[in-house]
Amino acid sequence: MAGGADHGDSQFNIHPMDQFRVEPLFGSGEVHWYTITNATLWMFLTVGAITLLMVFGSRGRALIPSRGQSVAEMTYGFVRKMVEDVAGKEGAKYFPYIMTLFLFILGSNVLALLPGSFAATSHIAVTAVLAVAVFVTVTAIGFVKHGAGFLKLFWVSSAPTVALRIVLAIIELISYFVRPLSHSIRLAGNMMAGHAVLKVFAGFAGALGVGAVIPIAAIAAIYGLELLVAFIQAYVFAILTCVYLNDALHPSH
Amino acid sequence: MANTTEAADHLGNEVLHEAEAGMPQLDPNIFPNLIFWLVVSIVLLYLILTKVALPRLNSVLAERSDAISNDLEQAQLFKKRAEDAEAAYNASLAKAREEAQQIAADTKAEINRELGVLLEKADAEIAAKSAESERRIAEIQESAAKSVEDVAKETAAEIVASFLPGGADQAAVDSAVSERVKG
Repeated sequence: MAGGADHGDSQFNIHPMDQFRVEPLFGSGEVHWYTITNATLWMFLTVGAITLLMVFGSRGRALIPSRGQSVAEMTYGFVRKMVEDVAGKEGAKYFPYIMTLFLFILGSNVLALLPGSFAATSHIAVTAVLAVAVFVTVTAIGFVKHGAGFLKLFWVSSAPTVALRIVLAIIELISYFVRPLSHSIRLAGNMMAGHAVLKVFAGFAGALGVGAVIPIAAIAAIYGLELLVAFIQAYVFAILTCVYLNDALHPSH
Repeated sequence: MANTTEAADHLGNEVLHEAEAGMPQLDPNIFPNLIFWLVVSIVLLYLILTKVALPRLNSVLAERSDAISNDLEQAQLFKKRAEDAEAAYNASLAKAREEAQQIAADTKAEINRELGVLLEKADAEIAAKSAESERRIAEIQESAAKSVEDVAKETAAEIVASFLPGGADQAAVDSAVSERVKG
């Protein structure tokens, strides 16, 4: 890539964004829509890791669970409770959908912390598809369940005057359509920034010689933070999905 | 003016170039690839979760909560049984104590009664024996007095006979002696 040559003259030979490049896994050349790339590999590894946890972990079906089964059960219980707490009993129907989203994002975020891995969730294209899917699904659920009554979501009937209600309706409408944008950029931005910072510090460590202990210590600390961010961002994505779902299921304020 | 436009153009190009080189996320050429494989992965994961993992976990959790509530019920039952057994034990203990007290009281009364009878019998025997003794003492006293009188009579008769041979009147002597002994 041209990037490498461009940065070659700088003092520190750091390419923090190279880790996000999508490249064919076998050979080289154009990336077509069907090409098996590093993104494909790590998405499939995510699916595999989750399958390992949720399917093979629970294959004993033991009354007294093994460690793996315990983790699978806790994950199940955690997401189930989140969906029911936020979106209510009617929301439980959509639990598998939210579980899939949560586990995919969590798995991808955590696997991305392995050195040399590829962070699928740091790509705005990936998170945008997830967020738009949520947005479209939730909007469809809203209209199917309530018809035109879903528009009450934008009409704040507790506001004192009609003029104020109109202003609020415009604000609500804008905020509704901004949702998928914030939903996707929050996740991709967090992942990308964290990984770029790790790479920058790794570059410092490579350039500083003996002084590298400082950036390495910083990497260790940031790595812990990134592990936290990986969980939190998956949680935030899932809980916002629940909140949007709740709006669709119960649109009146 | 031209300079600024040029600079702006240059800056714009640089930004675009930087974006292409620096942020692979913004390269639209990779979007179809990412989206395609994302959809494949998500659908695959959704199928795995809904067909295998979630029903299994659901049933395992349901079974466990059933088992736990069963065990709790069982424990409640056992607890109730234990309480019943304790109550029965306490009741039988109280009953046994009462019976023991009853038996002790009965026995005491019985002993007192028998003791009374024996005491009465012993008293009667003692009274009878002392009466007998008194009677015999009186007899002995009487016979002793009689013997004294007899001896006195014989002695008097002998004395009379030695003073008045052949002329002794036994009857007269006897009555005289009797009179003297009484006097």
